[in-house]
Amino acid sequence: MLTIKDLQASVEDKEILKGLNLDIKPGEIHAIMGPNGAGKSTLGNVLAGREDYEVSGGSAELQGTDLLELDPEERARLGVFLAFQYPVEIPGVSNLEFLKASVDSVRAAQGKEPLDSVSFLKLAREKCKAVDLDQSFLKRGVNEGFSGGEKKRNEIMQMMLLEPKLCILDETDSGLDIDALQVVAKGVNSLRDPNRSFIVVTHYQRLLDYIVPDYVHVLANGKIVKTGGKELALELEEKGYSWLEDGADNGAQ
Amino acid sequence: MTDNAEIDRQIDREYEAGFITDVESSTLPPGLNEDTVRFISKKKGEPEWLLEWRLKAFAAWKEMTPPNWAQVKHPEVDFQDISYFSEPKSMEDRPQSLDEVDPELIATYVKLGIPVHEHAALAGVAVDVVFDSVSLGTTFREKLSESGVIFMPISEAVHKHPELVKKYMGSVVPQRDNFYSALNSAVFSDGSFVYIPKGVRCPMELSTYFRINEENTGQFERTLIIADEGSHVSYLEGCTAPMRDENQLHAAVVELVAMDDAEIKYSTVQNWYPGDSEGKGGIYNFVTKRGIAHTNAKISWTQVETGSAITWKYPSCILKGDNSVGEFYSVALTNNFQEADTGTKMIHLGKNTKSTIISKGISAGKSQNAYRGLVRMGPGAKGARNYTQCDSLLIGDKCGAHTFPYIESKNPSAIVEHEATTSKVSDEQLFLCQQRGIDTEKAVSMIVNGFCKEVFKELPMEFAVEAGKLLEVSLEGSVG
Repeated sequence: MLTIKDLQASVEDKEILKGLNLDIKPGEIHAIMGPNGAGKSTLGNVLAGREDYEVSGGSAELQGTDLLELDPEERARLGVFLAFQYPVEIPGVSNLEFLKASVDSVRAAQGKEPLDSVSFLKLAREKCKAVDLDQSFLKRGVNEGFSGGEKKRNEIMQMMLLEPKLCILDETDSGLDIDALQVVAKGVNSLRDPNRSFIVVTHYQRLLDYIVPDYVHVLANGKIVKTGGKELALELEEKGYSWLEDGADNGAQ
Repeated sequence: MTDNAEIDRQIDREYEAGFITDVESSTLPPGLNEDTVRFISKKKGEPEWLLEWRLKAFAAWKEMTPPNWAQVKHPEVDFQDISYFSEPKSMEDRPQSLDEVDPELIATYVKLGIPVHEHAALAGVAVDVVFDSVSLGTTFREKLSESGVIFMPISEAVHKHPELVKKYMGSVVPQRDNFYSALNSAVFSDGSFVYIPKGVRCPMELSTYFRINEENTGQFERTLIIADEGSHVSYLEGCTAPMRDENQLHAAVVELVAMDDAEIKYSTVQNWYPGDSEGKGGIYNFVTKRGIAHTNAKISWTQVETGSAITWKYPSCILKGDNSVGEFYSVALTNNFQEADTGTKMIHLGKNTKSTIISKGISAGKSQNAYRGLVRMGPGAKGARNYTQCDSLLIGDKCGAHTFPYIESKNPSAIVEHEATTSKVSDEQLFLCQQRGIDTEKAVSMIVNGFCKEVFKELPMEFAVEAGKLLEVSLEGSVG
C-alpha cells in the first residue's frame, strides 16, 4: 500500500526526518511510537503534503504513485487521510456543507457523480451515530466550539465518510477520556479492511489495547530504530525510549 | 509564511462586466460651472423650481471641501476634468418604452444578465436601467400601476408627479448635507423614483441597474423611494462599469421615506470596476444614502460591496418615529488595491427605536477595509436599543481591516451593544480543507461565504445566490 524509502524532511531548515523507511501492506495497522520531537507528527504531515514541510530526499509511494509530487488535495483524493492532532475551526461553514464538499470532490476524482443532498444527509447522520456525535453537529460550524473529544470524533466521522485507503491518525488519543477513546477505536476498527491500511501515531500504549496493531515501530531522531509486534508497545511502556535512542543515533545527539 | 505565497498567487481576478458598449453618445465636454447645471436642467426640460434648486446646491458646493476623514487615500479628484452629462444619441428621440430603445443598449444589459424583457427568467422583478446619465426605461409599468405603484425614472417623475418630487427630494439628504450630496444635487442626471400608496404591498421586487459606459464621465444618479403609510417595498440596485485606466466618479444620493407602519427593504449589489491588480483605474464610489422611518416603520439596508477602487458610503437610518426599526447588513470585500470606508449611521430619535448593524469586512491583497459607524441615541430615545456586530476577515498579510465605531448616547435608558472580531483565513484552515480533497479556491470561497452568511440571508433569494457567486469571482486569485 505505502512504501517509504529513505525519506528526509525538514521544517524551517531543521532536519526532522533523516532517512525513514517503512513498508505497509494492504490491511495492516502500523503503530508509530517514540519520544517527543522524534518526527512522528512530521511523518503524517509530510505524507499529507503540508507546505511547511520540505522534503529533501527519499520517496513515498501509495500503490505505486509518487505522493510527494502531488498537491495535498490530490493526495486526499487518492485516498490519503490525516486525522489531525488539533483539528482547526472553520467558523460559519457548516460541518455538513464541508463534508459534502469533501466527499463530492473525492468522488469526482473517482469519476463518480456527487451524492444528492438527501442521500448525503442520511449517510452523514449514520456516521455521526457511529461515533456518538449528536446530529446537531452537522449544522454547526466545522469544529466550531467543539470540545477536544468532539473534534476527534468529528475527524473519525470524516474518515468513515471518505473511506480512504491510507488512514493516518496523529495522536488521536491525546486528550481523550477512556469513553471517547473507545468510541474512536470502535470507529477505526469498523473501517479495518483488507484493502485499507493505518498508521497510528501515539505516545501511549493505551490506545493500542483498543486498536491492535500488526507492527509497532519506534521513531527516534528521524528514523525507525526498532520494529516489533504489538508486544513492543508494552515493553516501551515499561522501559521508556532512552535505551533505543542511545543505540540508534550513534552518538549523533 | 507559505500561506501568503499561496494567497498571492490567486490575487488575479477577472472582472466580467468590463466590456464597453459601442454606441454614439452626446457627451458634455468636461468641466463644471453654472452653465453645466443649466445645461443638464434644460436637457431634461425641467421646471424652473428644480433649476433653482440645483443652482442653490451648486452655490453651496462651491463653498465646500471634500471630506478627508475617511480611511482612504486617492489623488485629489479634478472636478473640472469630468464630463457631467452623457447620453446615447439614440436616446435623444425619447423612446416611449424599452421596446423602442436601441437594441445595442438593451444588449448591454442582456449581456450582464439583467432581466430587461418582461418575459425573462427573473420575471418577478421590475427593472429600471440607467445608462450613463439617462434612464432607458422601466419594465412592468402596467402591472405595477394596477396596484398604484409608481416606478419610473426620476427625470420623468419630475414632470408626472412634481408634487411628490418637490415635497420629498432633499428632505432626507439636504443639498448641503455633505460635499458629494451637494455636487449630486447640482448635477444629478437620472435615477429611479418609487412611490408605494397607502397599505399597498408592492407586488414585485423593484430594481435599478446602473451602468457607466462613457469615458471620463461621472454618474450622478438620484433615487427617491416613498413608502406611504402601511406599505411595503423591496428594492435592489446593481452597478457595473467597463474596465478603464482612468478613475471615474460615481456620486449618488438615495433617499428613503418610510411613513407610519411602512417598510422599505433596500439591497445593493455593488460591482463597479475595482481597478486592475496594479491599482490602476476603477470607480470612485462616493455615495450618500439615508432613510427616514416614521412611527412603527422599518428601513433595512443590505449591501454587498465588491467593486469600486474607493468606496465611501454609509447607508443610514433616521429613526424618527416611536418604535421604528433600522437595520444595516453589509458585506464589503476589498482585493488588490481597493479601499473601502463604509458603515452606517443609526440616529435614534423616537422612543423604543431599535437598530441592528451587522457588518462583515473581508480584506485580501493589498487592500484596506474600514467599518465606520455612528449610533446616536437622542434625548427622546427612551428605551431605544442598538446591537452592532462588526467582523473582519483577513486573507493574506498585506491587507488591513479597521473599525471606527462612534457611540453617542443622550438618553440613559438607551442600550447600545457593540461586538467586534477580527480573524484570518489561516493556512491551517486551508490545509484542513485540502486534506479533505477540497482545493484552495473552493476552500476560500466556502470560508468567506460562511463568514458572510448572516448578511446573505437578508438578500432577496435570487440575489443571495448572485452575491455568493460574485464573491467567488472577486476572490479569484486570492489564494493558490
